[in-house]
Amino acid sequence: MTDIKSKDQNPFFSLEEIDSEREVKWRETLRLFCANRPALFGFLFIIVFIFVGIFGSILVPADPFEMVAVPLTSPGVGTLFGSDYLGRDVFVGIVHGTKATMIIATTATLVTVFIGITVGALAGYYGGIIDNILMRITEFFQVLPPLVFAMVIVAVFSSDILVVILAIAVTTWTTEARLTRAEFLKIKEQDYVTASRAIGDRDRRIIARIILPNAMPPIIIAITLRVGITIIYEAALSFLGLTDPDIITWGKMIGQSRDYFFDAWWTVTFPGVAILLIVLCIALIGDGLNDALNPKLRGR
Amino acid sequence: MEKNVQNKILLKVENLKVQFKLKRTSWFSEQSVVHAVDGVSFNINKGKTLGLVGESGCGKTTTGRAILGLVNVNEGKLLFENRDLASLSLGEMLRLRQRMQIIFQDPYSSLNPRQTAGDIVLDPLVVHNIGNQKERQERTDELFALVGLRKNQQYLYPHQFSGGQRQRICIARALALNPDFIVCDEPVSALDVAIQAQILNLLCELQDELDLTFLFISHDLAVIQHVCDEIAVMYLGTIVEKADRVALFNNPQHPYTRALLSAVLTGSSDKKTSRIRLEGDIPNPINKPSGCRFRTRCSFSKEICVEQEPVLEEKYPGHWEACHFRTSKTQASI
Amino acid sequence: MISEATEFDPNNILTVKDLSVDFDVKGQSINILSKVNFGLKRGETVGIIGESGCGKSMTALALLRMVPSPPGKISNGEIFLNKKDIMSLSKREINRVRGREISMIFQEPMTALNPVYSIGNQLVETIQQHKPIDRASAMEEAIELLRSVQIPAPEKRISEYPYQLSGGMRQRIMIAMALVCNPQVLIADEPTTALDVTVQAQIFDLLKKIQNKNKTSIILITHDFGAVSEMADRVIVMYAGFKIEEGTLEEIRNSPIHPYTKGLLGSMLELKTDSAGFRERLPEIRGSVPDLLNRQAGCPFGPRCESATTRCLQMPPTFDLGDNRSVMCWLVENGEN
Repeated sequence: MTDIKSKDQNPFFSLEEIDSEREVKWRETLRLFCANRPALFGFLFIIVFIFVGIFGSILVPADPFEMVAVPLTSPGVGTLFGSDYLGRDVFVGIVHGTKATMIIATTATLVTVFIGITVGALAGYYGGIIDNILMRITEFFQVLPPLVFAMVIVAVFSSDILVVILAIAVTTWTTEARLTRAEFLKIKEQDYVTASRAIGDRDRRIIARIILPNAMPPIIIAITLRVGITIIYEAALSFLGLTDPDIITWGKMIGQSRDYFFDAWWTVTFPGVAILLIVLCIALIGDGLNDALNPKLRGR
Repeated sequence: MEKNVQNKILLKVENLKVQFKLKRTSWFSEQSVVHAVDGVSFNINKGKTLGLVGESGCGKTTTGRAILGLVNVNEGKLLFENRDLASLSLGEMLRLRQRMQIIFQDPYSSLNPRQTAGDIVLDPLVVHNIGNQKERQERTDELFALVGLRKNQQYLYPHQFSGGQRQRICIARALALNPDFIVCDEPVSALDVAIQAQILNLLCELQDELDLTFLFISHDLAVIQHVCDEIAVMYLGTIVEKADRVALFNNPQHPYTRALLSAVLTGSSDKKTSRIRLEGDIPNPINKPSGCRFRTRCSFSKEICVEQEPVLEEKYPGHWEACHFRTSKTQASI
Repeated sequence: MISEATEFDPNNILTVKDLSVDFDVKGQSINILSKVNFGLKRGETVGIIGESGCGKSMTALALLRMVPSPPGKISNGEIFLNKKDIMSLSKREINRVRGREISMIFQEPMTALNPVYSIGNQLVETIQQHKPIDRASAMEEAIELLRSVQIPAPEKRISEYPYQLSGGMRQRIMIAMALVCNPQVLIADEPTTALDVTVQAQIFDLLKKIQNKNKTSIILITHDFGAVSEMADRVIVMYAGFKIEEGTLEEIRNSPIHPYTKGLLGSMLELKTDSAGFRERLPEIRGSVPDLLNRQAGCPFGPRCESATTRCLQMPPTFDLGDNRSVMCWLVENGEN
């Protein structure tokens, strides 16, 4: 490069010759994620929740179903968050409910998203008959009221935690499927997808490696919302008494105590705040991940 | 058939037809079909460039994509080195396809925004499982040097490049598998004038260096004139005129070719030069005119043009035209 | 020799002085347009030519005070249209000027028309916005307008929707809309870029015809020197937000001074009558358009210029060579060229 420069004697320093350093992808992603304060905050908070979920029953060994105080005692009097209508400790309930709530929320979300993305991607990419068939199936699931459908599944099989998770997933994946399909329809027309086909790329790799990463931004937002919705579904099912009675979840706590909201606000408010916090954290993390994975937002 | 060693035919296209079915408006209505490419035939000799020129909707892009198998061919034969692509086994076909590549018009949408430039160029090698990681890296370095990009630009993302540089990345990707034949689909139309020159120079250099054969698709006659050995003019899915470069530009025959040439704006043209002005627009390809497709806009149109579709005939040696008249005579009288 | 702000020329229908536009990007202020001066006479066509990102479209938007804000703003300059100071007008007054005295044709006729209303609806609405007439007579006027832009069977076309029309037809509709109030200045921003060659020629013919009839002044913004030669009387060459050269069409075509203008004309492909230059190396301008975020000091074209010297590390002023001929390059001062 230098000899060319001396030849034509352009006194300008050529900006194009500045070296670009090779960035390690995941490290750059991590750096960007950490630079995003709200996302980092959300992530740390989720760590706390996970910690509580795993070690909660050891740290707070009390039985959440045991009567420890006079029913509907205010917070601070004997118990940290007060007691519910059966005199059970709300704080112990929240700590012990963390595990089940988070397992149901994450697994059900993962299953939902997996079904949704698979169906949507196949329908959107292949089109034609495959699209037609998959979309009719999607519509079939869409027209059934999801809660009623989930109730039927749980009632027919059992109120096992696994069945609850599957019931939630099977009834709610249609949103993700439609969203993914729309994104795929849009992106598969782009020239870079045609270019991949021209170099002989297989369909599976085009779907997973080329189109899916570009379709992710709206899907990530849908996923973060899905976590909250799943927790609420679980609450609705437990409110109807359709979940495992031996497992305590935040949704169940709210459901059981809803009659006492005006007399004892703490019975509903504290589990509610816990759900709110989790959904908020997941949303923040999703947002941060989305930005960190988008090369266009990387610092120049 | 001439047996000339120099003019070895690399690709032979025979009566290529591509149809797109439109969605039915109702269950009982007849499904309308667009004849995007309606019986196109040509040969490309090894190391040469065939230009496909025409206005939007004439089927030139579809022709290019059909050759590469990117759209379904309804009828016709494709012979690559005298081997019928349809008769090959899947494995052989994939191997042949590797030798045929494409460069797109819009360098903004033809690069995956989530891959680095290096990964994009490397992708063909990964897909076909060629070489180990070190060899792949060496090949990428080589390709970057070939198209005039710096090695350290491999780690940048497409949005960090200018239009011209992006087109260079596309060219590098197309060259990764050492192809013999490249479809250049309007490779410079989306670029600024100064950058157009850079890319055209690069393409010509690469063609000489690597002995490439091009199918060069463009609507810009000046670009076509600069790079093509032979030119085919398309209108509504068919070739209306085909000749070598000198004959087509110096002695255009078909009324459409002449109108097209006349409509080109040039920097040095006098404002007063009389032009052949075509009336109206290209007809809708769903219900194209009967007989000659061009008759609705042609000033020489007679009854025979309504009734009969002209076929592509060799009117002079090597100069093919699809018209009922010997229009060179009429031109002389103007 | 160095031009002060150009004198206020009474012959000019439009005068632009020191027009600058800044954009705010990531908290950094970038100069999109730097002190652009020019005038436009009645019935004249001025072509503004340059590569993408050179600020030519921004000039057009600034003239209508339509710079997207935020992030952009007109940071400096004066615009006089018919001795009226555009910059000091209120929002209401500028709306009155737009369309009536100065209007614009956009590049993409597909997106510039609203797809859910019929052509007639959109035209009538535009007419009624500017003239206090009832719907029936507005409709008549719309049909008349369509006829004037040579649309066949306008009575039938008026009830059609944009998707039913071809690209050339849509561009004609756009021109018809711009002509509703017989504006004195028409800005055409790449009016034919999205169209086919044969249709392109039709649109230019139409614009010329309208100009001859109404004595309209046209500002033609394009990247295609062929289009400029077809239409323009005078040419302004822009680069990276600067007006780097101005002159009549003949002057720019036959004796360009700025190295960029020379390079631009040199790298342009022309249809030739002989077979000269087949596959020959075309002269190219090396590198690409500068990143406006990281501008270097000195001449904006310096880094790509073949004849750059240390002198060019200083910003060259605009040298006025009289008679609306000006060049922003040190070469002129040294008497080279």
